[in-house]
Amino acid sequence: MTKGTVSGVIANMVTLRVDGAVSQGEICYIETGGDRLMAEVIKVLGQDVYVQVFESTRGLKVGAKAEFTGHMLEIQLGPGMLSKNYDGLQNDLDKMEGVFLRRGQYTEPLDNERLWDFAPLAKVGDKVQGSDWLGQVIENSQPLKIMVPFQLKGTATVKSIAAAGQYKIHDVVAVLTDEEGNEVKVDMVQHWPVKFAMTNYKEKPRPFKLLETGVRTIDTMNPIVEGGTGFIPGPFGTGKTVLQHAISKQAEADIVIIAACGERANEVVEIFTEFPELVDPHTGRKLMERTIIIANTSNMPVAAREASVYTAMTMAEYYRSMGLRVLLMADSTSRWAQALREMSNRMEELPGPDAFPMDLGALISNFYGRAGYVYLNNGEVGSITFLGTVSPAGGNLKEPVTENTKKVARCFYALEQDRADKKRYPAVNPIDSYSKYLEYPEFAEYIKGHINEAWIPKVLDLKTRMLRGKEIAEQINILGDDGVPVEYHVTFWKSEVIDFVILQQDAFDEVDAVTPLSRQEEILDLVTAICEKEYEFDTFQDVVDYFKRLINVCKQMNYSAYRSEQYNEYVAQIKEMIK
Amino acid sequence: MATAFQKVYTTISQITKATCSLKAKGVGYDELATINGKLAQVVKIMGDEVTLQVFEGTGGIPTNAEVVFLGKSPSLKVSDQLAGRFFNAYGQPIDGGPEIEGKEVEIGGPSVNPVRRRQPSELIATGIAGIDLNNTLVSGQKIPFFADPDQPFNEVMAMVAMRAKADKIILGGMGMTNDDYYFFRNTFSNAGALDRIISFINTTEDPAVERLLVPDMALTAAEYFAVEKNEKVLVLLTDMTSYADSLAIVSNRMDQIPSKDSMPGSLYSDLAKIYEKAVQFPESVGGGSITIIAVTTLSGGDITHAVPDNTGYITEGQLYLRRDSDVGKVVVDPFRSLSRLKQLVAGKKTRKDHSQVMNAAIRLYADAANAKTKLENGFDLTDYDNRCLDFAKDYAGQLLAIDVNLNTEEMLDVTWGLFRKYFRLEEVNIKKEFTDIYWK
Repeated sequence: MTKGTVSGVIANMVTLRVDGAVSQGEICYIETGGDRLMAEVIKVLGQDVYVQVFESTRGLKVGAKAEFTGHMLEIQLGPGMLSKNYDGLQNDLDKMEGVFLRRGQYTEPLDNERLWDFAPLAKVGDKVQGSDWLGQVIENSQPLKIMVPFQLKGTATVKSIAAAGQYKIHDVVAVLTDEEGNEVKVDMVQHWPVKFAMTNYKEKPRPFKLLETGVRTIDTMNPIVEGGTGFIPGPFGTGKTVLQHAISKQAEADIVIIAACGERANEVVEIFTEFPELVDPHTGRKLMERTIIIANTSNMPVAAREASVYTAMTMAEYYRSMGLRVLLMADSTSRWAQALREMSNRMEELPGPDAFPMDLGALISNFYGRAGYVYLNNGEVGSITFLGTVSPAGGNLKEPVTENTKKVARCFYALEQDRADKKRYPAVNPIDSYSKYLEYPEFAEYIKGHINEAWIPKVLDLKTRMLRGKEIAEQINILGDDGVPVEYHVTFWKSEVIDFVILQQDAFDEVDAVTPLSRQEEILDLVTAICEKEYEFDTFQDVVDYFKRLINVCKQMNYSAYRSEQYNEYVAQIKEMIK
Repeated sequence: MATAFQKVYTTISQITKATCSLKAKGVGYDELATINGKLAQVVKIMGDEVTLQVFEGTGGIPTNAEVVFLGKSPSLKVSDQLAGRFFNAYGQPIDGGPEIEGKEVEIGGPSVNPVRRRQPSELIATGIAGIDLNNTLVSGQKIPFFADPDQPFNEVMAMVAMRAKADKIILGGMGMTNDDYYFFRNTFSNAGALDRIISFINTTEDPAVERLLVPDMALTAAEYFAVEKNEKVLVLLTDMTSYADSLAIVSNRMDQIPSKDSMPGSLYSDLAKIYEKAVQFPESVGGGSITIIAVTTLSGGDITHAVPDNTGYITEGQLYLRRDSDVGKVVVDPFRSLSRLKQLVAGKKTRKDHSQVMNAAIRLYADAANAKTKLENGFDLTDYDNRCLDFAKDYAGQLLAIDVNLNTEEMLDVTWGLFRKYFRLEEVNIKKEFTDIYWK
C-alpha cells in the first residue's frame, strides 16, 4: 500500500507527500503520538496529497507517517444495525470507552459474534445478480434480506446455500459461481463506499403512495409520499427539530434513520432517552427497534459531519434493496454544507455565493436524487423518503443551501418566525409551503382509492381560503375592524378555524400529537362544513365571539381521545353550532 | 522560560499584526511557543515553515526574537485550589494569590460521547417569571442572553447566578470593561459567594486575541468540577460577540476568505465546540453537570448577524431583555425568548398546568400587543382589546419584571388570578382538566 509523510497542517487539513498511487477520496490513517487518525483524500497535486482528517490534529508534526488503505470511505452493511447509535463514520458509540470521545478510537459497527436465524430464499442452481435475495434473517421483527454482493458483475449461479439455522454475520451462507467460473463466497455483510449511489433497482417511478405522518399540516395540507423528498427550512426557534422528531416517531415506515448532522447533542440524547420507551403507532413495537441514529453532533469533528449524511443515505439504500420502506431524516443539511465550506476555504478554492463551494448545488441535488420509490429487480418495491432540514443564515430563505434544495426537493415546509412567535405550532407557513405531489395524477388516483375522491378538492379549497383569509387580515390591518364589511370578518375567521383546528397541533399533548389518517378525514370534513356554511352576523364583534367559541370547542375535540364519549360530545356541540 | 534542552530559534521570516512565521522543525500543531516571552500558538505548518499566532499582538517583536516551543498546547492546572480565584486568559492568577498546584490539563479537550450524556431534567429556579414561568432553565442547558450593549444583561446574569443553586460558578469574561469586572467581583463578594466562584477575565485593556482562550479555560475548570467532583457547575460567558470578533481578527490575518458579516466560515463549529460543553452526566458517572449562560451582544437588536444567528442554532434557546413601556421596568421578552428544554421540566417538575397557563398568558399578551398597534393606528378598541391591555400591564408588572422574585407555584397562581380578573373562561383556551381546578 502507498505510504505518505505529513508535510503540512492547517487545522484538520493535512498535506502528505506520498510514495505511490492514491485515489481521490481514498482513506488513509496518520500516526501521531500513538493515535491513528483517519483521513480522506480531497485533492492531489503531484506528490502532494491534501487530506481532511476526521479528528483533531492537535500535536501532529511534520514527518508523521501515513498509510493508505486502497479504498474510499465505506461502511459495513449487515444485520445488527437497528437500534444502534453510530457516529458519522459508523463507529458504534456505545462500544466506545469512557465519558469523552477519545481521538483515534474506532469501534466495530456490527456484532461479529451474535447468532442470527438464517432462512434461505434461493436454491442451488438459481441464476442471480448483484443485490438479489439469497436468504433472510429477522432483526427486531424486521425481515432483513441477505443479498448477493452488490459489486458482483453479470449473472452468477448459486453453487451452494446454507440450510436454515443459526449463523454469525461472517459465516459463509452461500457460494456462487460467477460468469468466469470463479467461486464467490457470500456472508451476511456488504461493503459500500458511501459517496456512491446504489442503483441496484430496475426502475424508479414517480412516487404516489401517501406516507402517513400523523402531522395534520403535512398529511392533510401538504402530503409527503413514500419515496418522496421534502425539506424544512426555518430560522432557529421555529420548531424544526420538534417537527422532525414528531415525523420520525409517527411516520408509517419500516426503518427510520436519523442523521443528527452538526446539531445539538441533547437532541440526540432526547431520542436515546425517549425512543426506547415510545411505541410505534403502526406496529405497537418500541420505536427504537426500527430506528438507527447517526450522531455527528456540532462539537464532533467537521469532516465526519460531512460523511454522516452519506453514511445515513447508504444505510437507507441498503434497506431499500430489501424491499423495505425507509424514512431518512437529516438535521441539518446546512451544517453539512458548512462543513464543505470550511474545507473549501482551507484549500483556498475560489468561493461561490456566501463562500460556499461552487459545486454545492450539484452535491445537494445528487444527494436528494438518491432517495425514491423503486421497483427492485425481483419485482418487489422499496422506498427511501428523505426529509432534510435547512438552517438558513439569518432566517433568510434567499441563501445558497435553501435555494439549491428548493430546486430538488418536492415538498417545502417553510417554518416561519412570525407563526412561532405567536406560538402557532407547528410553525409551517400555510401559504408558502407546498407539496408537488398534490399535483401528481398518480397521487390523486391513490387517494381516490385509499381515502376518497373528495379529499384533494377539499384540501385545495382550504388552501384558497387560507390565502383569502391572509389577504383580508391585511386589509383589516389597514382599514380597521369597522372599515371592512362584516362578511370579511367571517371569511377571515373561517381561515382561523382552519389554522387552529387543522394546522396547529400540540406536539407535547399525548392525544393531539398524532392524528391518524381516519381522524384527519373527519376533521377535514368538519372544517369544510364550517367553512361552507353561510353565516349571518350583525357586527364584527359577534363574528369574533362566535368563532372563538367554535374554535375553543374544536380544540377540546382535538385534545380528546378519538371517538371517546367526550370526543363525540364535542363533535355534536360543533355540529349543533353550525346547524 | 527556556531550559537547556529546548532549541531556541532566532530568525523570524514574516511578521503580521497577529502572526509570526519562522522555519522550525519537530513542531506539533496547536503547540504553544514564546516569542521574547510573549505567548503564541501554532496555527499553520507548511513544510518547515511554522506560523504562530501571538496572543498579545506582535508589536515590538524583532525579526531576531527568541522563539522557544513549549511542546504542549494551552493548558490549565486544575485542583480545588481554583475555587475563589481570579485568573487572566492564560490561567495565571491576577488576584495576587499563589500559583495553583494541580493536574495540568490541555484546554479545549475532547467532546463527551453523546451516548454518555443524560437528558437534562433538573430545574434551575431563578425567581424571575420571564425565565421560570415562560422559559424555564434546566441544568445542563446552554442559553445566551441576546442583548444590546446598553441593556443590563450582566446584572441579570449575576442575579440568576446568585439565585441558582450551583456548587460552582465560573465566570469567563471576554472583552469585559473594567467596571463590569468590578461589578461581578463586588456582587460575588457581597453575596458571600466568593468561595464558589472562579473567574477567567480578559478585559478591554487586555489584547483582543487573548480572549480566544477564555471559554476553554473556564470550561476546562468546569469539567474538572463536574467530572471529578460531580458538582453542578454554572458557567457564565460574557460577551461571546467579543470572542467571535477575535476569531474574525485571526482568520483575517491568516488570509482566510470571510463568510457572512466578515466572520470566519468555521464560526458555527467554533461556537458549537464551546457551547456543547454544557452537559448533564448520568448518575453512573457522578451526576455532575455544566450549565452555560452566555451573553451575545447585538447591534441594534439585529439577530440576523452571523454571531447571534449561528449562536441561536447552537444554544438551547435564547433570552431577550426589553424595557416594558407600560411599567417602565426591564422584562424578559416573552415573545422572542425561548428555552428549548423547558418542556423537560414544565408540568413535570412543576405544576401540571404550567405549559398551558404559560402559553395562554403569552397569547393574551400578544393580543394586547395587537391592540396597542390598533390604538397607535387610530382604530377603535373593542372591549376585549381593552381587557387585554389591562391584563398586559398587570402581567408585566406583577410577573415579567425582573425585580419580581416568586416561586413557580406563586407565578402560576398570580397568572390564574389575572385570567379570572380580565377574561371569560372560553377566552383563555385552556384544557378543561385545568380550568376545573384553578378557575375558581
